[in-house]
Amino acid sequence: MAMANASIIKDVARFSRRPNLVDYHAVCAAFDWRKARALLDGLPGGRGLNIAHEAVDRHAQGRLAGRVALRWIGKAGERREFSYRDLAAETSRFANALTGLGVGPGDRIFTLLGRVPELYIAVLGTLKTKAVAAPLFSAFGPEPVATRMQLGEARVLVTTEALYRRKVAALRDRLPTLRHVILIDGGEKLPGTVRWHELMDAAGADFTIPATAPEDMALLHITSGTTGRPKGAIHVHEAVVTHHVTGLYALDLHDDDIFWCTADPGWVTGTSYGIIAPLTHGISNLVVEAEFDAQTWYSILAAERVSVWYTAPTAIRMMMKLGADAVRGYELGALRFMASVGEPLNPEGVLWGIEAFGRPFHDNWWQTETGGIMIANYAALPVKPGSMGLPLPGIEAAIVQRRPDGSVAVVEEPMVEGELALKAGWPSMMRGYLHEEERYRKCFVGPWYLTGDLAKRDAEGYFWFVGRADDVIKSSGHLIGPFEVESALMEHPAVAEAGVIGKPDPMAGEIVKAFVALKPGYTASEPLRKELLGHARKRLGAAVAPKEIDFRANLPKTRSGKIMRRLLKARELGLPEGDLSSLESDEK
Amino acid sequence: MTETEIRHMIADILGNIVPEADLSTVSDEEDLREALDIDSMDFLNFVVALHLRAGIDIPEIDYPRLRTLKGAIAYVQQAPTKAK
Repeated sequence: MAMANASIIKDVARFSRRPNLVDYHAVCAAFDWRKARALLDGLPGGRGLNIAHEAVDRHAQGRLAGRVALRWIGKAGERREFSYRDLAAETSRFANALTGLGVGPGDRIFTLLGRVPELYIAVLGTLKTKAVAAPLFSAFGPEPVATRMQLGEARVLVTTEALYRRKVAALRDRLPTLRHVILIDGGEKLPGTVRWHELMDAAGADFTIPATAPEDMALLHITSGTTGRPKGAIHVHEAVVTHHVTGLYALDLHDDDIFWCTADPGWVTGTSYGIIAPLTHGISNLVVEAEFDAQTWYSILAAERVSVWYTAPTAIRMMMKLGADAVRGYELGALRFMASVGEPLNPEGVLWGIEAFGRPFHDNWWQTETGGIMIANYAALPVKPGSMGLPLPGIEAAIVQRRPDGSVAVVEEPMVEGELALKAGWPSMMRGYLHEEERYRKCFVGPWYLTGDLAKRDAEGYFWFVGRADDVIKSSGHLIGPFEVESALMEHPAVAEAGVIGKPDPMAGEIVKAFVALKPGYTASEPLRKELLGHARKRLGAAVAPKEIDFRANLPKTRSGKIMRRLLKARELGLPEGDLSSLESDEK
Repeated sequence: MTETEIRHMIADILGNIVPEADLSTVSDEEDLREALDIDSMDFLNFVVALHLRAGIDIPEIDYPRLRTLKGAIAYVQQAPTKAK
C-alpha cells in the first residue's frame, strides 16, 4: 500500500547545489504572480510579453548569446547545436518566412514532425510573429491529424515529405483553411507544398517581435475529452510566467544545467518543458530524436552530462524491467534532479530511482489545460512515494465535492476523496477551448477550475491521485479520448457498436481496449478481429489505436443509447458493477 | 528452425500486432518500429510473442537486438531452445 511507505527525507546541506525552493511555506506565503513576472524581461520598450523573446531573443542579446540553447542528437547519433544567437537567427528567419507567406497574428501554424530542430525553430518562430503554434504528435494517424487541423483551422502545416504523403495528402480536401504546407525534406517537389530550405534561405535573420499583449493567443494544444471530438485548449503568451516559475521551483533549474525532457512536443509536456521552460532559464536543452531505449538513454545521460532529467512513468517502468544493474558503469555524476510526469508514478518507481541513480524520481501533476506543473515533489522537500506532492507556490489546490445544485464544497478533512480543483487565475491556465465556450465554462464552478481528476489530500497537504472522474484513457502518458477510437471503429462496415476503455497495464498504465458488436451478417472471427485492428491503426496511428479488441453480441447501454464504458471496464477488471439503474440494454 | 520458418513465424506474430502492415516492403535492416509504425507497447508484445512461439528466453538487455528482421532472425537462430 502506497501510504505505508516512509517519506524520503533529503539532507539539503549535503546537496551540490542549493535547491531553489527550500522553505516551502515561506516561499508560498511570499509568492505573488506579479513579482514572478519580474523574473522575465518583457519586450523592449514596454511592448508586452512574448514567449519567444523570453526564451530566445533576450538571451541572444546578452551574456548567454554563445551558450548552447539546443543540442540535438539524431537517430543515427548525429548532432546539431544551436547557440542562443543561432536560435534567434533561425527563428527570425522562420518568422520572416511566415510573414512572407502572408501569415500573421492569430493564424494557426501546425507542426507534424518528429523531434527535429525544425520543429523547435518553427514553434518559436511562429510565436515571434504572434501566430499560434499547434504541435501535433507525429505518431498520430491520418484521422487524428485531420480532426485536429480542422478543429484548429490550420493555416500552415510544417511536416516531412513522408508524413505528408502518408497522413495528410489524401485528406487535404478536408482542410479548406490550409494554405501552405512546408516540407522540411524530400526530393521532388510535391504539388501544393513549399520547401523549408527555399523559404529559409530567402528570409532574413532579423525580425522584430511586434508588440504582444500577455493575453494574446500563443499555443493551441488539442486534447481529448471523454465525449465528443477533441478540444483545442488555448494558451496565451502570459503562460511563460508559469513555465519559468515551475522550471525554477518544480524542476529546480540552475544557470549551468543541461536539461533533458524526454516528452514529445506533440504533447503539452514536450512544449512547456521540452521547448519553453529550459530556454527561458537560458540553459542548454537536450533534444533526442530516437524513441525510448534504456541503454541508449543511459549513455546519453552520461555523455551529455545531463543534470536535470524530466521523464515519464512508462519509460521508468521499462528501465525497471531491465534492472538497476544496467545503469552501473555509466558515469552519471552530473545528474542532480529527476522528475516524472504523465500518469501517477507508482511508489516502486520512485524508490527504484534511488536504487538505480541514487536519487528518487520526483513525480508531479498537471494537464494540458493547466499549461504547466501545478503539484510537485520538490528537490529539497520530503517525497512521499506515490504522492503527487504539494501545490506550486502561487497555486491553490483543493479537494471538492459537487453539490446537487451544481456548486462545489471544499473538503477540509484529510484523505477524503473528491475532485481535484485549482483556484482559477494562474498565468498558464487555458483561456478557452477554441470555439467551444460552453465546454470551457463547464470546467469552472465559482472560483475553481475542476480538473476531472479524483484525488485526496493528506494532513500534511500532499495530494494523492485516485483516478479520473471521466472515461479518458492515459496510455504511456498520452491522453486518449474513447470517442475518437469508437468513431474510427464505427466507420468499418462490420461494426454496429463500439465501446472503448482503458485497461490497466503494468507498463503503459493503461492500454486502449475496444469492445465491438457486429452488424447482422457479420460473424466474429480472428481474421475480422485483425481486420478491425488494422483498420483502426491505419486511421488512428499506433499511439491511439486499440491494442485489444473483443467481440460482444451487444454492448451495455443506457436508455438514451449511450454505451456504458464504466460497466464494460468494471466487468473487464472483475470489479463491482455499481449503480445499474440507468442500464437499459445489457451486454451479451 | 530454418530461416524460412523463422521468417514465417515473425510475419505471423507481426500480423497479429500490425495487421495493416505490408511486410514485403520492409527490408531486413530497417528498424521495425519505424518501418511498421509500431510503438513501444507493440514492440513489447512482439518480443513476448516471440519468446512464447520460439520457446526461447529473451532477457530485456537483448531487446535492442530484435529491432530489425535480420536481428530477430539471427537471435532466434542462435538462442538455445528451452527444454519443453
